[in-house]
Amino acid sequence: MATLRDILRKIGAVKKTRQITRAMNMVAAAKLRNTQGRMESFEPYAGKFAEVLGNLATGMDPEIHPLLVKKEEVSRVELLHFTADRGLCGSFNTNTIHFAENWIKEQTQAGKEVSLTLVGKKGKSYFTRHGGNITASHELIYGKVDISFINQMTRDFTTRFLDDEIHEVYMIFTRFVSMVKQEPTLVKLIPIEPPQREEPAEGVTAEYLCEPSAEELLIELLPKHISVQIYNAFLQNEVSEHAARMTAMDNATKNCTEMIENLTLVYNKARQAAITAELMDIVGGAEAIRKG
Amino acid sequence: MGKLFLEVVTPEKVLVSQEVDSVVAPGTEGEFGVLPGHIHFLSGIVPGELRYDAGGTKEIMAVSTGFAEVSDDKVSILVDAAEKAAEIDVKRAQSALERARERLSKERGTEEEIDFARAEAAMKRAIARIKVAEKAM
Repeated sequence: MATLRDILRKIGAVKKTRQITRAMNMVAAAKLRNTQGRMESFEPYAGKFAEVLGNLATGMDPEIHPLLVKKEEVSRVELLHFTADRGLCGSFNTNTIHFAENWIKEQTQAGKEVSLTLVGKKGKSYFTRHGGNITASHELIYGKVDISFINQMTRDFTTRFLDDEIHEVYMIFTRFVSMVKQEPTLVKLIPIEPPQREEPAEGVTAEYLCEPSAEELLIELLPKHISVQIYNAFLQNEVSEHAARMTAMDNATKNCTEMIENLTLVYNKARQAAITAELMDIVGGAEAIRKG
Repeated sequence: MGKLFLEVVTPEKVLVSQEVDSVVAPGTEGEFGVLPGHIHFLSGIVPGELRYDAGGTKEIMAVSTGFAEVSDDKVSILVDAAEKAAEIDVKRAQSALERARERLSKERGTEEEIDFARAEAAMKRAIARIKVAEKAM
């Protein structure tokens, strides 16, 4: 009976798969911890930065810097889109790509042209296949980005914005809400809408002595504000990816275990059936001899 | 005399977070010193050296661009990069300096305004690093 061996082989295969998914789960967990660490060490910077910028920008004339001024006519927009470099992370990439696709559709219907800057292999291969207008793409850079790379990115966007090549810049990344929830998020990068201080009169409204003037400082901080947001998106997206992969691989491991259990059951039944059949043969044979 | 609380923060990590007696930082309009009781103050930071005195031990660091905030005896310095003198890789800084010099000598006069500015910034950062490292030796 060949089926017995077939089942055994199948059990072996599933066991091997389970080993792989389990290993991937653990790798994702380790990477997640690492990235979460980086996210935590970025928080003090981002928090302080937003605070100072909010203080400065409150009550400031929005005409002060071209990056703050909305273009009168918006016909070309740029989207910075984040996907993962690898698959096997559940619906992570599909979700964010669908989200981006819908947004692009909306923009196109409103008569705007969308060009794309992509981060991550998966997004690149999707949008290349589906005819997206790609201006730039970056692959395999997660975990390697430093602030100078981000600054370069910001510089590219701002120059193109100031040259009237693009009129607005948005980004879509997957925000890390919790281990089980990550959601695609849309953020407007340029023109900048500076964070306003929530309560303008908070008792000690700190009047700052500024060097150089408050306006000049603000002008210097604005491009940095974009960089901070992009850096944050990088980290969030990375953490989300690892969390998604962890969950996906955990499920896969569980499914493997379940499958092995079922297959073992089938195997035992088949084995039992084979033994019974053999016994019947022997008994039948013995009976025949006795009678004869 | 009261104390100041100094924080040097980069996007990668918090480098310094401790009580100090005084801080001297490279501002956009020149070097400035902060002692306890300083007025609320905001300033841009340019590549250069940051010195602080914590209970008699003087520390010196190289910082790149960013800004500083002083409020209620708390000094927060937010910069793209910062290194303590002992952590500076002088060789790396020197080769960065050479590269920047090379680019500068090539590009002067061409239309590459932005690259020129970038090379200049890179040179300033490298010079600041080397200076700080030499002083600490």
